[in-house]
Amino acid sequence: MWTSFKRTVRSGFVGFWRNAFVSLAAIFVMMVTLFVVGSVLFLSQLLNVSLAQIQDKVDINVYFTTDAVPDEILALKKSLEALPEVEAVTYISREEALIAFEERHEGDETTAQAIEELGDNPLGATLRVRTKETSQYEGIAAFLDEQNATTPIEKGFIDSINYDTNKGAIDKLTAIINAIERVSFFATIILIVASILITFNTIRLAIYTSREEITVMRLVGAGNMFIRGPFILQGIMYGAVAAILTLLLFYPITLWLSDGTRAFFQLDLFQYYVQDFGHIFLVIMGSGIMLGMVSSILAIARYLRY
Amino acid sequence: MIYFEKVSKVYDNSAALRDVTFKVAPGEFISIVGHSGAGKTTLIKMLIAEDKPTDGAVFFESLNVHTIPRGRLPQYRRKIGTVFQDFKLLSNKTAYENIAFAMEANGRSDEEIRENVPQALELVDLGDKMWNFPSELSGGEKQRVAIARAIVNQPDLIIADEPTGNLDPIATYEVVQILKKINDLGTTVIMTTHNKGVIDALGRRVLTMDGGRVVRDDMDGKYSL
Repeated sequence: MWTSFKRTVRSGFVGFWRNAFVSLAAIFVMMVTLFVVGSVLFLSQLLNVSLAQIQDKVDINVYFTTDAVPDEILALKKSLEALPEVEAVTYISREEALIAFEERHEGDETTAQAIEELGDNPLGATLRVRTKETSQYEGIAAFLDEQNATTPIEKGFIDSINYDTNKGAIDKLTAIINAIERVSFFATIILIVASILITFNTIRLAIYTSREEITVMRLVGAGNMFIRGPFILQGIMYGAVAAILTLLLFYPITLWLSDGTRAFFQLDLFQYYVQDFGHIFLVIMGSGIMLGMVSSILAIARYLRY
Repeated sequence: MIYFEKVSKVYDNSAALRDVTFKVAPGEFISIVGHSGAGKTTLIKMLIAEDKPTDGAVFFESLNVHTIPRGRLPQYRRKIGTVFQDFKLLSNKTAYENIAFAMEANGRSDEEIRENVPQALELVDLGDKMWNFPSELSGGEKQRVAIARAIVNQPDLIIADEPTGNLDPIATYEVVQILKKINDLGTTVIMTTHNKGVIDALGRRVLTMDGGRVVRDDMDGKYSL
């Protein structure tokens, strides 16, 4: 058992070195595949982060009239929080709103004077509603309208909901993200299938150069595993080497993209690469090894018939 | 030991073997002669399970060769050592490595390989060419390496398909002498040839084939076609 394992490893290595040129070709082709796999990983991370940020940033602001009773607002807050789509509701009282307003206009004499002359706090309370999905805003808004209609105050206690003004922007962003994800998904599938085919053919070429050896092996009564083992190992080695090279390649690339992605997506790609290296390593190495192994098994199958 | 029972093989309407029946006893040295296309190589292919007969059955001891499941074929082939006209040596391996390779394929241990490979090469008088590559050997020497490879796993049967086809008369003589020596040590040998001199010098059983049939079976054969 140990002897045959040792021999498999040895002849796998020998085959790898002796067909250096074919090995190199196979490794480069596999690198393309793995590069695509890695890029998809990075792209989806970027998209997820930016989607989360957009969802975080955009929320529904419900402005209440100045004569709205805080208890009623808090009751509405409770019923909003009870909705499954709602992630969080923040209550900003009239006083807090005023303080925030004054802070924002600190040093602005005219505004300060205007507020003083009014004597009363002109600002209403606000509820800031955040949902789990941007697509759920519409439902929330409808819910609020309904609540507003049933209130005993004649005009309703909600002054305005600024969801309507953001609606266009939110819809557009969601559509863009969905489109990018769909396109990149299909592009990835096509690229991966193409590189699997190329890898398979390259490995078949490597095995073709050894067909004489396979004939002799069968002649002297070598078992299928004895024949197959070294080639499968060779495939795994192609995959592993390609994975390591791809991972090395991503280091300067993410470093180079680091500033750009931080400015645009608020995600430092390089930092993501370093922090999540374990995960990225597993995905790339795993895909590489699987790709090499499956390609080898498929490529050698035809030489082992009968 | 080997029994062909009414074996026929048809390739695309042309019969390569017709109703071939014969027996080989253990320890025999049997030569199969005939013109090209007489069916000699087809007969060999049937025996090493490279191809299936259209009709009839081939038995090796009590085993019907063509009912062996694919996964068990390697084990069956290990009982048979094969030698071919074109040697089938691996050009990137030395004589020693070529033989060691056959032992590795059979799952022998490193100690056995270190011990048996030089012995096999001694038997074919190539102890001094152990580390030469096939390209550095003459045709006769290559064939002797191939014979050493065939016998190193101590098979019950040696099949030599035109082993002297590519060799000059002296090398031919040497190769036949070695096969005779192996047979004297107790291994059954089946050899195909169309070399008259070889047959006449051997004086062993000769099976003559023509048009896919066995036309003569002489116990102390002379070449007569």
